[in-house]
Amino acid sequence: MLRDAAVMAGKDLRIELRSRVATNQVAPFAVLVLILFAFALDPDRGVLARAAAGLFWVAVLFCALLAIQRAFAVEASDGARDNLRLSGLDPAAIFLGKAGAIAGELALLEVILGAGVVILYDRSLHGPVLLVVTCVLATIGLAASGTVYGALAAGLRVRETLLPLLLLPVVAPVLLAATRASEAALGGTTGDGWPWVRLLGVFAVIYVAFGVVAFAPLLEESS
Amino acid sequence: MRSGIGTRILGTAAVASLALLAVMALVITPQDVNQLDAVRFLYIHVPLATLMYVAFGVTAIASALYLWPRYRARKWDLLAGSSAEIGVVVTGLVLVTGSIWGRTTWGVYWTWDARLTTTAVLFVLFLGYLALRRVGGDVDARAKRNAIAALAATIDLPIVHKSVEWWRTLHQKSSILDEETFLHPHIHGSMYWTVMLGIGAFLLLFSWLLVNRYRLAKLEDRVEDEGLERAIAERRAEADAMTGAP
Repeated sequence: MLRDAAVMAGKDLRIELRSRVATNQVAPFAVLVLILFAFALDPDRGVLARAAAGLFWVAVLFCALLAIQRAFAVEASDGARDNLRLSGLDPAAIFLGKAGAIAGELALLEVILGAGVVILYDRSLHGPVLLVVTCVLATIGLAASGTVYGALAAGLRVRETLLPLLLLPVVAPVLLAATRASEAALGGTTGDGWPWVRLLGVFAVIYVAFGVVAFAPLLEESS
Repeated sequence: MRSGIGTRILGTAAVASLALLAVMALVITPQDVNQLDAVRFLYIHVPLATLMYVAFGVTAIASALYLWPRYRARKWDLLAGSSAEIGVVVTGLVLVTGSIWGRTTWGVYWTWDARLTTTAVLFVLFLGYLALRRVGGDVDARAKRNAIAALAATIDLPIVHKSVEWWRTLHQKSSILDEETFLHPHIHGSMYWTVMLGIGAFLLLFSWLLVNRYRLAKLEDRVEDEGLERAIAERRAEADAMTGAP
């Protein structure tokens, strides 16, 4: 199953690498969001630096939406979805592969956004261990729940508008927990961050498990 | 399909108990020491909040039953949808009554307190679910999609609740579903019983609404099926007339 997942993730990542949509469109969009936040919040009065953790995760959420839409858009044309179904790959492995590819893209975006926060918002990084664990767990949670909802909305006429409505409330706890944990890390009070990391871990485990179980019926239904 | 005698009795009982609730809540129960008349809001707010969990609970159970191959039947999808629709309306009312009560008691319409925030997220989660239900497609595919979405939203609730609870807490502790206070109610006797009556009355109302909404959903389903069959028959007749076949 894991090898199937790796095949699937490799395929998706190769498509992204060759089409350059992620590098040419999603990553610049992420930076653009950071710049827009600076316009909306006065950078001189320190609001921006104080809100940096929250803004970072909101930007990640927006980018995650794009990455998820994209991951299922590539399956929409030329009957790719049917091919996927007929490929003989385990649906659970397809889920893990897709989620893995999305998580990989998100991780890259988080590095770019993190650099953006340091440079543009003048915020220095502390608590590296907590930050990295937070990012990893939050990314897994976002990718897993996003893949479930992406598959749910894929093939529908209204998917572009429906996906944010379905996904954003579900990942509200991720935004909350990841923001608190990052704030604790940046503020040097790492002790406060760990309960939030546990919550992120629980979220990730639950949605990975749900996706593994629910992906078979999801994949066979929408044609 | 006219409503049966059972449904009508249910409806009458719901109206009667709501009338009794109105008398109890507005006339018989005393003012609260601190909240004065604003306390009367709680006689509908608390039952509505209870109803909200019941309604989404029914949706979750019906969705799980639909996904369970042994029990898979169209009715579970219709029941889940009917219950969720009532649940969303009730959640809206919980937010509205809560805000008005909050304005008089806390001085603000909205605070970012754990239970308010959870309720708001719950509202949006199931608004999304209802939006998803409206999307067309093959009947079975649609039902399966709905069921998975309902469950994915439901398993999120404990996490949402936990996260916002840690985030901040201001709302007073649950005053009825706490075991100790359930056995030894510390709120004034008639107030306590009025809240309980409210819960009973609203549960009756919910059952009545659910029965009728479910019946309507079944009728909608039948209209869809029969409309399709009729359209096919008409096209076939047209084709026969054109080719002159018997």
